[in-house]
Amino acid sequence: MFENLSSRLDRAFKSLKGQASITELNVAETVKEIRRALVDADVSYKIAKDFTNTVKEKALGQNVLTSVSPGQLMTKIVNDELKELLGGETKPINLTGNPAVILIAGLQGSGKTTFSGKLSKYLKSKGRNPLLVACDVYRPAAIDQIKVLGEQVGVSVYSEEIKDPVAIAQNAIKHAKVNQHNVVIVDTAGRLSIDEAMMNEISNLKKELQPQEILFVVDSMTGQDAVNTAKNFNDRLDFDGVVLTKLDGDTRGGAALSIKTVVNKPIKFVSSGEKMDALDVFHPDRMAGRILGMGDVVSLVEKAQETFDEEEAARLQKKMRKNQFDFDDFLQQLNQIKKMGNIKDLMGMIPGVGKAIKDIDIDDDSFKSIEAIIQSMTSEERQNPDVLDGSRKQRIAKGSGTSTTEVNKLVKQFSDMRKMMKSMNAMGGKKRLGKMPFRR
Amino acid sequence: MGLFDFFKKSPDESEKKQLDKGLEKTRSSLLGKLSKAIVGKSSLDDDFLDELEEILITSDVGVETTVKIIERLEKRVSRDKYMNAEELQEMLKEEIVGLISENSQENSIPESRPYVIMVVGVNGVGKTTTIGKLANLFKNQGLKVVLGAADTFRAAAVDQIKIWSERVDVELVSKGMNADPASVAFDTVKYGKEQGADVVIVDTAGRLHNKINLMNELSKIKRVMDKQVEGAPHEVLLVLDASTGQNAFEQAKQFTAATEVTALALTKLDGTAKGGVVLGISEQFNIPVKYIGVGEQMNDLQIFDAKSFVHSLFES
Repeated sequence: MFENLSSRLDRAFKSLKGQASITELNVAETVKEIRRALVDADVSYKIAKDFTNTVKEKALGQNVLTSVSPGQLMTKIVNDELKELLGGETKPINLTGNPAVILIAGLQGSGKTTFSGKLSKYLKSKGRNPLLVACDVYRPAAIDQIKVLGEQVGVSVYSEEIKDPVAIAQNAIKHAKVNQHNVVIVDTAGRLSIDEAMMNEISNLKKELQPQEILFVVDSMTGQDAVNTAKNFNDRLDFDGVVLTKLDGDTRGGAALSIKTVVNKPIKFVSSGEKMDALDVFHPDRMAGRILGMGDVVSLVEKAQETFDEEEAARLQKKMRKNQFDFDDFLQQLNQIKKMGNIKDLMGMIPGVGKAIKDIDIDDDSFKSIEAIIQSMTSEERQNPDVLDGSRKQRIAKGSGTSTTEVNKLVKQFSDMRKMMKSMNAMGGKKRLGKMPFRR
Repeated sequence: MGLFDFFKKSPDESEKKQLDKGLEKTRSSLLGKLSKAIVGKSSLDDDFLDELEEILITSDVGVETTVKIIERLEKRVSRDKYMNAEELQEMLKEEIVGLISENSQENSIPESRPYVIMVVGVNGVGKTTTIGKLANLFKNQGLKVVLGAADTFRAAAVDQIKIWSERVDVELVSKGMNADPASVAFDTVKYGKEQGADVVIVDTAGRLHNKINLMNELSKIKRVMDKQVEGAPHEVLLVLDASTGQNAFEQAKQFTAATEVTALALTKLDGTAKGGVVLGISEQFNIPVKYIGVGEQMNDLQIFDAKSFVHSLFES
């Protein structure tokens, strides 16, 4: 039952195949499948219903052009509609005021403290001088947690041993003024939206602090209750934006659509990982693509740009052109790729691949044996692979804990790669990166 | 006498009240909507079935289980005609109970001491809080409990379980942050055995179930315990957040693949109208829901009983 939306749609669209135009009759099955797929992706039942009705209206009567299949046409309508619903105006976070105060709110375990740490790191990298404030006075060791995170990202943390979050936050703002912190991030305790006393506490924090920005943090795996929770928090706080966390999981994140629809507030950040720099700005088109399983090429490209060192890339390119690309360079490239994150996540961003690899385990360790083999070579062998003879290969296999077959395979792939580069050079191709053998 | 005899003492009135109170929100929405849908209906028309579908799905029961429940009800009604709304409601209740208890299995009663529980789950579901509450539950039954701080990764996780161990007043084995979690688990079981503990509970770091390396680490943590006490861990408890949607199924699947989950704990049930995920999971997995968390207090953890859960959903 965990096939993604796009595979479901593929199946649903089969009933549209060979039809000349979309009619009430031939679209019914597709609409039902879309609705079910959305509900399976945790989109609120009612919102899924409204959504599919809109899609149906837009689709009715459209001629199915010969150049596009009805399936493609429906995908486009669904995708456009999703993008529109998820998107809308996105304002950057408001950092006016000195200090600017950002209040963080959400349910227990949604990832508020981790997000606060990431946000402080992000703001610091933008030249701000943030202060983290520990206002979760309830959960055991919550204050220690934010202190550790603050230390990791090099941001000061303000905390007190008292049980009054409002007083702590107010003192923190005073502290910030004295110590030239221009942004104050107030992390609060997790609370249930039906907990009257706790909801009063957060309303109070808002009233007393008058924050420039209130962010509602929500777990992207949340189910049907996302609408109620978001609505309750919004009724109390009228928050400015939403933060979606744990997107590095395999949830399809339908909650994003529910929340966006019900409170009509922009999703400002997405958080995907336990590392302190795993924070992204929200892109509605990419999220729509993610829900639909259409890949995320833009993200992939940006990730690559961030990680790859421009100079290094230029140096490699030059080497490739001169056909001097050697095993040392190869190893370096592997490391660059690994820096970009989980291999499966990366592969999933490539259109078409996402579906193909959903059941395949791609391990970050897949490069390990390749690395081990290269590391077992002498520097002469790395720079000049042609010297590799039988006995050298045997030694390398022993040293790397692999077999000569594996060594041979790698050497073969490597020489193929060099040949390809050579022919690319001959054609005057200006491809930025060489092709990598992903398979062992 | 086995450990589970302690668990199985029938809930007294105050516990029952607590369960009722914790489930208030689930019940009021499920029951209220159902009664409204049933009123004035003398046959199962499409409107009613649509409404029933909506009620079940918006409670996170999941499409598949919802469809099954509806099919069962339709079949039942075509067989045994009903006279009024009460009877229809009764039938629905029986069908739901029937569906989820088909898959529930009796717990084997372990004789071994210490009884080792390993607690796993994704980030932020409430593993450590559940451990604190569990420790309290066992201690109140007169059992000697030892906790193990094998979440050595998340910032201040060791401090968090330490505070719980002090609060409940049970012993904690800890090797600090960034220690090898498998070695903490190993030492905890070893210490529990040496000290003659009745129950050993090992915490682990939250991890998303699609991170292969982290899941492999979990398998390893599990494996080493057996070297100290044969058959340990006797229970692998997967903690699920009740507000999680359909991803809960994938979590159950992946954690089971890595660690052979034997029981589920469903947390934060007091905050959501969607206790329905319990129905979906009980129906689709052969893993019993054993505990439910219905509040923030130390005592707000209860032994789950499918039948009384469904009944309490329908009680007014």
